[in-house]
Amino acid sequence: MSTILLEARGLTMRFGGVTALDALNLAVHKDEVLGLIGPNGSGKTTFFNVVTGLYAASAGSVDFEGREITRRAAQEIYRAGITRTFQRSRLCLPLTVFDNIAIGNYQHLQHGLLFNLFRRQALKRQYQENLEEACRLLATFNDKLVDRLFDPVSALTMIDRRRVEICRALISRPRLLLLDEPSAGMTHDETHELMSDILQVRQRLREAGNSVTIVIIEHEMNVIDRVTDRCVVLNYGEKIAEGTYAQIAADAEVQRAYLGSD
Amino acid sequence: MSMQNSNSSAAPSWPLLTGVSVVGVYAHFLLHAESQIAVLGLAVGAILLLIAFSRFGWTARVATSAATYPKLLGAGAVAAVVLVAAVSYEMHFALLMLTTVLLYSTVCLGLNIQFGYSGVVNFAGAAFFGIGSYTAAVLASHSPLPHLLIVALAGLVAALLGSLLILPVLRTRGHYAALITIAFGILFKTFLEVNDALGGPQGLKIPGMEILGWKFNDNIAIGDHELSFYLNYLVLSLALCAVTFVLVRRLERSWMGLSMDVVRLDETAAATFGVDIARWKITAFTLGNGLAGMAGAIYGMMTGFVAPNNFTFGDSLILVSIVILGGIGNPWGILPAAAIVLILPEKLQFIQEYRFLLYALLVILILLFRPDGLLPRKIRNYFPGDAGR
Ligand SMILES: Nc1ncnc2c1ncn2[C@@H]1O[C@H](COP(=O)(O)OP(=O)(O)OP(=O)(O)O)[C@@H](O)[C@H]1O
Ligand SMILES: [Mg+2]
Repeated sequence: MSTILLEARGLTMRFGGVTALDALNLAVHKDEVLGLIGPNGSGKTTFFNVVTGLYAASAGSVDFEGREITRRAAQEIYRAGITRTFQRSRLCLPLTVFDNIAIGNYQHLQHGLLFNLFRRQALKRQYQENLEEACRLLATFNDKLVDRLFDPVSALTMIDRRRVEICRALISRPRLLLLDEPSAGMTHDETHELMSDILQVRQRLREAGNSVTIVIIEHEMNVIDRVTDRCVVLNYGEKIAEGTYAQIAADAEVQRAYLGSD
Repeated sequence: MSMQNSNSSAAPSWPLLTGVSVVGVYAHFLLHAESQIAVLGLAVGAILLLIAFSRFGWTARVATSAATYPKLLGAGAVAAVVLVAAVSYEMHFALLMLTTVLLYSTVCLGLNIQFGYSGVVNFAGAAFFGIGSYTAAVLASHSPLPHLLIVALAGLVAALLGSLLILPVLRTRGHYAALITIAFGILFKTFLEVNDALGGPQGLKIPGMEILGWKFNDNIAIGDHELSFYLNYLVLSLALCAVTFVLVRRLERSWMGLSMDVVRLDETAAATFGVDIARWKITAFTLGNGLAGMAGAIYGMMTGFVAPNNFTFGDSLILVSIVILGGIGNPWGILPAAAIVLILPEKLQFIQEYRFLLYALLVILILLFRPDGLLPRKIRNYFPGDAGR
């Protein structure tokens, strides 16, 4: 039995009359890639938003590494070791690729006024460490991206922006990474490439002793089939199935949920 | 500096030096122009010159050169101010204006931290400037404290009074935060008008500055020549402005600048990556108001008196329009913008009455056609001239 990294119990999120998460029980096992699937509006993104502290759960609890993190501030949850990407990319477009990645390492950057204004040599060392790490991460995705480190993100293509977003989420060495439809808006080939990259980065981090567990929301079923160890299917905020991709694909209720909503 | 030599071979330094000289000479003529025709001619000339400069790609060359030799640019700017001031050594009015430009620039550098970096709007800049003047008036008249300490305390008082606004500014966003700062500015002025202890509408007298027995309000006699006492204030203001400039630059090129930028651009993303949003807004707000207070103290001591009418909402708008005109987020834009906004109306009497109308028009035109300002902000380069690029 593998250890449980994150566990939601009875997690409920209501928006006025809409119940986006309905007493959801969901466990993420350490070192797995968990697929989170379900029709549009089934509460997948809401789950991420509640876990990362953007929304305060209406009821229920979330534990991470055995500590309760329900209704904690987003900042605290980040420091606990959970990072994410967004369904609609949320990069700071006028800032450079480096800036966007570096902010992901906020907890390891020194923020004191005196340090930043007067200890420029020490700042420079920290800057160079982060620069190297950003380059390393980018290079796993695409060598060409390293040359664009000081371009504003607004100059990048969608797929490159996704990569940058994933690098931002990885630079702080999180234990849990939440990916919200990383392939949204990409062609088939681009999706394939991105997924290989993600798996490769994960492998590299694991070899360096920083293994990261991943929860991925995806609509592309062949992606889910390829990258996940296990899947959870949501419908109307409830878990309707759980298991390997083969198991859930054969599940009658899952098929009904997808057919019913289409 | 050794790092700089590696990639500077391509960009020569003369375009930078030429650019600084042209601006310096221009400022000199503008300050000395007497007739309305001459001033108007200079204004039109500047526009034509700018167009010609861009047409032949000279602006770009100056910019590249400036980016390659940041320290030379700084030294050049200081030297230009000193030279322009030295040539006008006995002209009170020209020196008063130049010093005002430097002090307003200092305030705008603070505003730039506030809304250029952190996105905290502040339409009460003049009020914080005024708080500095009043603090100087009270402390310099009623306490034996050394005057430089009073300048620092004026900054502290402005920052502290500013913290009254922090809670509402943090809780509300965008337009509402703007309204709150406007309301604060108006309240501040009304409070002073009815408060007799602070002189009511007539305001207060402020003693001239004195540092280690050196009286700033006495003209300086050198042989047969008598130098304007404004030179004292000019040197002090230049020092304050230059130090502020260097620190603002460093702030931008550090994790602080990065954090503030992210807070301004996307609070949700900021929170998701641990950025303490309140901390950076408070830091920016406090630093900016403190700078306004210090500049206000020096200005008050220079002009010798302070009254509520000097710190209207209109004056706050002037400060904001300087930042917008110069290029939000770019400290280098502030100096020329302050010079344009402050000196031109002073020189062109016929636009004096309409100055607020013209500022409004200027801001609208800039926002419509050149939203990044005269000198748009560049992307962050933490250690310019380094191998990182
Ligand atoms: N901030 C909000 N305010 C009100 N309702 C919301 C909010 N966020 C989500 N919802 C509602 O909650 C439900 C679940 O939305 P959610 O975004 O989690 O779905 P999803 O599974 O991510 O869908 P998709 O596949 O389209 O991204 C929807 O009915 C949505 O309208
Ligand atoms: Mg979603």
